[in-house]
Amino acid sequence: MVISTGLSLNQKIKIFETCSLIRHVELEISRRYDMGKMRCPVHLSIGQEGVPAALSLLLNKKDYAVSTHRAHAHYIAKGGNIKRMIAEIYGKSTGCSGGKGGSMHLVDKKKGFMGSSSIVGNSIPLGVGLGLSLKLKKSKNLSIIFLGDAAVETGAFFESVNFSILKKLPVVFICENNLYSVYTPLKDRQPKNRKIYKMVSGLGIKSYFFDGSKPFSFFKKLEKILQKTRKKSEPCFIEFSTYRHLEHCGPLNDDYLKYRPKKELEKWLKKDPYISMKSTLEKNIKIKNSIKNIEKKNIRTVNTSFLFAEKSNFPTKRSLKKNVYKKK
Amino acid sequence: MYIRKNNKITFVEAINESIHLEMIRNKKLITFGLGINDPKRIFGSTKGLVEKFGHQRVFDVPTSENALTGIGLGLSLGGNPVLMTHQRADFFLLAFDQLINSISKWNYMFDGNSGIVNITIRLIVGRGWGQGPTHSQNLQSIFSHFPGLRVVIPTTPYDVKGLLSSSLRDPNPVIFLEHRWLYNSEGYVPKKNYLVNLEKSKVLRNGKDITVISTSYMTPELKNIYKKLEDKHIDFEHIDLISCKPLDKKTIINSVKKTGRIIVLDTGFESNSISSEIISLVNEFCFKNLKHKPVRVNVPDIPEPTSYGLTKFYYNDSNDILEKISSIFLKKTNKLKKNFLTHHDVPGSWFKGPF
Repeated sequence: MVISTGLSLNQKIKIFETCSLIRHVELEISRRYDMGKMRCPVHLSIGQEGVPAALSLLLNKKDYAVSTHRAHAHYIAKGGNIKRMIAEIYGKSTGCSGGKGGSMHLVDKKKGFMGSSSIVGNSIPLGVGLGLSLKLKKSKNLSIIFLGDAAVETGAFFESVNFSILKKLPVVFICENNLYSVYTPLKDRQPKNRKIYKMVSGLGIKSYFFDGSKPFSFFKKLEKILQKTRKKSEPCFIEFSTYRHLEHCGPLNDDYLKYRPKKELEKWLKKDPYISMKSTLEKNIKIKNSIKNIEKKNIRTVNTSFLFAEKSNFPTKRSLKKNVYKKK
Repeated sequence: MYIRKNNKITFVEAINESIHLEMIRNKKLITFGLGINDPKRIFGSTKGLVEKFGHQRVFDVPTSENALTGIGLGLSLGGNPVLMTHQRADFFLLAFDQLINSISKWNYMFDGNSGIVNITIRLIVGRGWGQGPTHSQNLQSIFSHFPGLRVVIPTTPYDVKGLLSSSLRDPNPVIFLEHRWLYNSEGYVPKKNYLVNLEKSKVLRNGKDITVISTSYMTPELKNIYKKLEDKHIDFEHIDLISCKPLDKKTIINSVKKTGRIIVLDTGFESNSISSEIISLVNEFCFKNLKHKPVRVNVPDIPEPTSYGLTKFYYNDSNDILEKISSIFLKKTNKLKKNFLTHHDVPGSWFKGPF
């Protein structure tokens, strides 16, 4: 059965394009990690590309975004410079944070990606403050706050949602619920049968829920929600179910530890957003070739980015002391 | 603009004047804090602001210290410099994730690529009238531990106005500590807007026998005994520390090299304090010049008790300082007459609590 999603073929291709780009970047990090040149923790987004891929079509560079320890996909979706991201993970001077932040502290101000932070819940208030600065400018732009299911357990989250409602801010809370905080499952952290989006809606904010692995089916609804947020300047909260394929932190698969039920794992691997979108699109013979070309182009981008990072220099000793304080 | 008597206004009036002038000067400057628009206006320091600049730029907030601090960071990165106010420093401890994990290192962590962290956080430090263990903490040393923060403690109306204006223009986060007992003190303050260097300690008196470094309320306590020390022929050099972070090492080292003696008067707990840091600095750089062991004066490593009966053993006042300095020169002390004070737990008759 074909369900009409109201999505144009072109939009579908574009969503897939970003999804594929994120996937190939992450796969390459995973492949090369063992070489010991990316000497910082990495939290890969493999399996979680659907939401950022869809958002990449709905945001412009004047929209702000902030993210978490698992920031690669969000940075890429926001248009962040990939060469500089890989260089950052390599700790090189050409990195987006001069090699001082690493994988968890990415920034591309020109693209509105204002920073990511490793501490769970930490970047949420930052996004709310950016939302307030937009409102003060009477701007029609949005502040997108990426967070996970564990962040809704922090005080900063509740404080931030409350404030964004109080001040009617153009803030979108994007909660990617991948069911785990490191190895700790939701059932050990939140009451049984709680729906996060329902709990949050109790604070008085418009809340929604979508299956994050199906961008083609939620895209139009997401588009409408964001349009409304822009127009009315009022915050909303959107929970997406999603799943990371690899370990919490690092390049490998850690399912030999058996912390995730087999059934759950199988269910989600079947729903892989990259594979599903790709196979859906490839069924259309007319575009099969362009999908192939997109993949090729993305792999080229990944390779040139890694080459850039490999060839770049480490920061000099002088850089160690630089930027502790900003000079006037 | 406050009406001057002999060109003087009070400490709190000087704070208020700086905020007014800076908000006129920079239309993007935003100020918020719990109670800043309430009837008491943070002991008068935020008087008249909301009436003049409106609720968009001057607003009261939910009791969410941590998020509000991060919201301040977001505002600043979005192009709006921020002034936050907390009626008591102790409450600000709730915001340490935002302050330490983000604000203090934001510029470094992104190598200056994520906008300007122009944030000033006013923290009022309480004392006496039973403020007790959680309304009276002098936290300058813990703030000063972290690279990337500025920590200043003004002690005069002139400095508080100039330092606050400087803070509001500085592209770095500033922890701005205001001692509640200084609020009514009067001093010369120009009407115009002016700046005071955030990184400089001030030499208030030149001398050759001993360097006395005071912070916060210890500065007026020392000023009280200038005459007594002079009568004893102790030619002391008085430095008001002002900047706890970064330390004005040059001023401190130059002074101790000249005098060969140092006593540090601090309001914080003794261990791991600003005074420990200064004495460590002096040992490293002036070891050969020292004629006497360095001395520090702090409150003890004990939380402030609430009882009137206990606080009299807790704080150091002018007499304690006089005794400590005199003993370095093996001189006897004649205590100050306390007729100007009826109680040890207030700065003067103007202060009747409650906080």
